[in-house]
Amino acid sequence: MFPVKELKRSALISLWFAFLTFPIMVIKVDPIERIVHWRWDNMFFIAFGSFVLSILAKVFMIQKERRASRKKRKIAAEPLIQRIAREPRFLYPLVVACFAFGVSFPFLFSTYQTNIMTTALMYVVLGLGLNIVVGVAGLLDLGYVAFYAVGAYSYALLNLNFDMGFWAVLPIGGLLAAFLGVILGFPVLRLRGDYLAIVTLGFGEIIRLVLENWNAFSQGPSGIANIPRPGFFGMEMTFAGGITYIYYIVLVLVVITIFVVNRLQNSRLGRAWLALREDEIACQAMGIDKTKTKLIAFSLGAFWAGFVGVLFAAKTTFVNPASFTFLESAIILSIVVLGGMGSIIGVIVGALILILLPEYLRALSEYRMLAFGAILVIMMVFKPEGIISNVRRSYKFKGTNTPEGEIHE
Amino acid sequence: MDYFIELLFGGLTRGSIYALIALGYTMVYGIIGLINFAHGEIYMIGAFTSFIVATVLSIYGFPLLAIVVIAAVAAAVWSSAYGFTVEKLAYRPLRKAPRLAPLISAIGMSIFLQNYVLLAQTSDFLPFPELIPEFAFMEPVAHIVGSSDMVILVTTAVVMVALTCLIKFTKIGKAMRATAQDKTMAVLVGVNVDRVISATFIIGSALAAIGGLLIASHIGQINFYIGFLAGIKAFTAAVLGGIGSIPGAVLGSLVLGLTESFATGYISSDYEDVFAFSLLVLILIFKPSGLLGKAETKKV
Amino acid sequence: MSDSPTILEVEGLSKYFGGIKAIDNVDLDIRQGEIVALIGPNGAGKTTFFNCLTGIYKPTAGDIKLSDPRNGKSTRLNGKKPNKITEIGMARTFQNIRLFPTMSVLENVMIGRHCRTKSLIFGAITRNKATRIEEAQIIERSYEILKKVGLHRQVNEQARNLSYGAQRRLEIGRALATEPFLLLLDEPAAGMNPKETEALVALIREICAEGHSILLIEHDMKLVMTLSDRIFVMDYGKKIAQGTPVEVRENPAVIKAYLGEDVDA
Ligand SMILES: Nc1ncnc2c1ncn2[C@@H]1O[C@H](COP(=O)(O)OP(=O)(O)O)[C@@H](O)[C@H]1O
Ligand SMILES: [Mg+2]
Repeated sequence: MFPVKELKRSALISLWFAFLTFPIMVIKVDPIERIVHWRWDNMFFIAFGSFVLSILAKVFMIQKERRASRKKRKIAAEPLIQRIAREPRFLYPLVVACFAFGVSFPFLFSTYQTNIMTTALMYVVLGLGLNIVVGVAGLLDLGYVAFYAVGAYSYALLNLNFDMGFWAVLPIGGLLAAFLGVILGFPVLRLRGDYLAIVTLGFGEIIRLVLENWNAFSQGPSGIANIPRPGFFGMEMTFAGGITYIYYIVLVLVVITIFVVNRLQNSRLGRAWLALREDEIACQAMGIDKTKTKLIAFSLGAFWAGFVGVLFAAKTTFVNPASFTFLESAIILSIVVLGGMGSIIGVIVGALILILLPEYLRALSEYRMLAFGAILVIMMVFKPEGIISNVRRSYKFKGTNTPEGEIHE
Repeated sequence: MDYFIELLFGGLTRGSIYALIALGYTMVYGIIGLINFAHGEIYMIGAFTSFIVATVLSIYGFPLLAIVVIAAVAAAVWSSAYGFTVEKLAYRPLRKAPRLAPLISAIGMSIFLQNYVLLAQTSDFLPFPELIPEFAFMEPVAHIVGSSDMVILVTTAVVMVALTCLIKFTKIGKAMRATAQDKTMAVLVGVNVDRVISATFIIGSALAAIGGLLIASHIGQINFYIGFLAGIKAFTAAVLGGIGSIPGAVLGSLVLGLTESFATGYISSDYEDVFAFSLLVLILIFKPSGLLGKAETKKV
Repeated sequence: MSDSPTILEVEGLSKYFGGIKAIDNVDLDIRQGEIVALIGPNGAGKTTFFNCLTGIYKPTAGDIKLSDPRNGKSTRLNGKKPNKITEIGMARTFQNIRLFPTMSVLENVMIGRHCRTKSLIFGAITRNKATRIEEAQIIERSYEILKKVGLHRQVNEQARNLSYGAQRRLEIGRALATEPFLLLLDEPAAGMNPKETEALVALIREICAEGHSILLIEHDMKLVMTLSDRIFVMDYGKKIAQGTPVEVRENPAVIKAYLGEDVDA
C-alpha cells in the first residue's frame, strides 16, 4: 500500500507546518488587556490536517503520473463531462433542461433564492466576459473590475444627473466600458503578459481610488443610493416582482452571452486569439495584427463587464467604490480558472459553485476568500486546464471532394 | 525649509522600507522571472510575527532591547519559512508551466495568506508596541526628523551593505548571480538551481520581515491587509529601478518614496496611492526596463 | 534569370546586440523566381538576418526594400511590423519550429489565411452569408495547401503530434497560406532523414515553379548546391562571399570559414 517512506515524509511535513503556523495560529495577544491566549488545539489541527493533505496530494500526483503514462499508450479516456459536451445527442437535451430550470426558477423558489441566483448568473456573465480576455486570448486582466465599476457608475451617475433610465444606459454602460478598454488597451497590450497583469491591476486600483476621492463626481466612499430598478413599460412593480424581473433580464443576458461567446470562439477572430495565446511571434509572422486582435478581445471583455455593471447598480440600487476592489477581480478570475480557461461550460459551472456554495453553506462563507486563494493555487498546480477543460470544436475537415478514406487513416 | 527637510526625510524613510521589500521582488524576478505577488504578504506576516512576539515578551516583562532583538529574529525566521514554503508549494511545481500559471498561483497565494492571517488573528487594526525609543540626542531636530526615521535609515543602510557583501563574496551569492545570468549555464557548471531559488526566497523574505518590523513600529499599527498596498508599491519601485537589478530596486524605492512624500506634502494627500499606481502604469508603458535595467531583445 | 526584376534589396544591414555585431553591413538581393541560399557556420547571424527582414528585430542600420513582382509596387520595410511585412508578401518559417501546438494541422494553415480574409466581430456573431463563404474558402484553400505539402492525411491531428519533418512541412504550408511572393525558409531540412529531405527538395522546386521566390538558410550542402541559383555566405555577421554554387564552392574565404566541415558533403 502506501510506502513507509511517504508516511515519514508526511510526518515531517506536518511537523514543518506546525512550526510554520505557530506564531499566527497558536498565539493570540490582546495588546489592550495585555493577555496572551495560547491556542494549542490549533497546532494539533494544523499538524493533523497537513499530514492528511500531504498524503492526498501525493496520491493525486501518483495517479496523475499514471494517467499521463496511460495517455502515452493512447487510451486517453475522456472525462464524462467532456464527452457529454462533445456529443450533441447529450448536450442539447441537457441545455434544454438547464434552460427550463432557469426559466422556472422564480416560480419554484423564494424571492430570496431568486435574488441569490441572480447574483450567481451575473457572475456567470462576468466570468464569460473575462474568459474571452484571459481564457481565450490569454491576456491576464487583473483590473477587470474597473470596467464593471464603469458600468455601475454610468447608470448611477447618468440617472442621478440626467435622469436616464435603465434601458437607455444599459448599452451606454457597455460601450463606455469598451471605450475605456480601448483607451487603456492601446498602450498596454503590447506589454509582456505579466506586466500587462500588473498594469491592469494598477489601472483598476486607480479607478477605484478616483471614485473614492473625487467627491464632487462620484460622491466618494459613501456612494450613490436610491438608484431605480429597471422599468417595465412604466409599470409599478412590487419588490418581489422587481427581483423576478431582474432575474429574467440577467437570464436573457446569460443566454445571449453564451451564444455570442460561442460564436466568437469558433470564428476567424477566435482562431486568431487562440493562436495568439500559443505563440505571439509566430502569429505576427503569419500576418495577424497582434495589437488589434488583442484590443478586440480586451474591449469585448470590458463591454460585458460594463453591461453587468449597469445591471448590478440596478439590482442593488446602490453603488460605492468598496464593491470594486481588486478582490472582486480575483473572484472573477477564480471563476475562470476553476471552470477551465476558455471553456464556456466550465466558466458557468465555476461561477455557480463559487458564488452559490458560500451562500448556502453559511459556515463556509467566512472561509470564502481563503478558498478562492487556495483554488487559484491548487488549480494551477494540479489541474491547470480547470474542472472542465475547453471542449472547443476544432475544425474537423470532412472532405467535400475527397473520398473519406483518404483523410481518416 | 523645515517642511522640505521633513518631507525629504519622510520620503527617504518610506523609500528605505520600500527598498527592503522591493529587493525580494527584484531578486526573485532576476532568478526565475516571476512576479512574486505574495511577497507583500510575506512582509505582512513579518510584521505580524514581530507584533505577536514583541507583545508577548512585553507582557512577560522582558527588557526593550531583548524584545527588539528577539522580535526581529523571529520575524526574519518565520517570514523566511513562509517564503520558502510558498515557493515549494505554489511556484516550484510550475517551473515549466506557461508564464501566467505561476503568476496566477502567486495571486492565489497572496489572497490565501491575507485571509489566513485575518481568520487566525483579526481584521482589526492592532496597536504595534513602540520598539524604537525617542533618542535624547535627536531632541534638537525631533520636530523634523524622528528617531524612528533615523533608525530605519541606518538599519536599511546596514542591511544593504550586508546584502551586497553576501551577493558579491559568498558562495551562494555567486551561485545566485550565475543563475540570474543564465540558468542553463549555471546548471552546467554545477550550481544547484533549486537551492539557489530557495535561498533567494529566504533572503528576500527575511529582508521583507525587517521592513515589516520597522514600518509597523514607525506607523504604530498593523492589520492583515497592509501587505497588498506595500507589496504593489515595492513592486512599482522595483520596476522603476529596473526589475532584476538590485541597485535598481534601491534607487527606484528611494525615488518612489521621495515622489510620494513630496507629492502628498505639496499637492494633495487624498491621492497618495494614486501617485504610486499612476507611476507604476506609466513606467510599465513607457519604460518597462526601468532606470537601471537593460532592454533585452527576446531571442527568436 | 538575370533579367527578372529584383524583388528584395538589402543594403548595409547591421544588427548589434550590445557589443555583439550579429550582422555587420550586409548587402543582399533576390530576383524574381530565384532560389537563393544563405549559408554560414552556426552563429554567423543568418537567423538574425531573417528576423531583421521580417520585422521581428529592429535593424541597427541599413535599408530593406521589397518589390512585389505582381504589381511592381516597392516598399521600404524598415520599421514595419511583422504582420505588415507578411501582408506585403514575404513569409517565413522558423529554425526552432513555432507552430501552434494544440491547434490542429488544418487550423495552423487556416491561421495563415488570416491576413487575406476580413470577417470580424459582426461576421462572427451573425455568421452571415459573406462570413460563411469566406470560412468555407479558408478551409478549402488550407486543405489544398496541405495536399501540396503532403499533410492532408493528418489534417485533424494536433500539430504537436506530428513528426519533426512533418512539422517543418506544416510550417512551410502555413507560410504559403499567406500568399507570399518571397518565402524565407530557416533550415527547412534540419532534423529530416534523407528521404524526407528528398521530398523537401521536390517541394521547394514545386513552390518555386509556381512563381514564388525563395531565400533559404541551410546547413545541408548537397541540398544547397543542387537547389540554389545563387549563394550568399556569412561568417561572424559579415558577408564573406556570394555567387553561383560553383563560384562559392571554390572561394578560399568560404573554405576557410568552413574549415573542418566538408563543403561537398
Ligand atoms: N535576441 C538576441 N539577443 C542577444 N544576442 C542574440 C540575439 N539573437 C541572436 N543573438 C546573437 O547573434 C549571433 C547570431 O545568431 P544567429 O543569427 O542565430 O546565428 P545563425 O542563425 O547564423 O546560427 C549569435 O552570437 C547570437 O548569440
Ligand atoms: Mg540560425
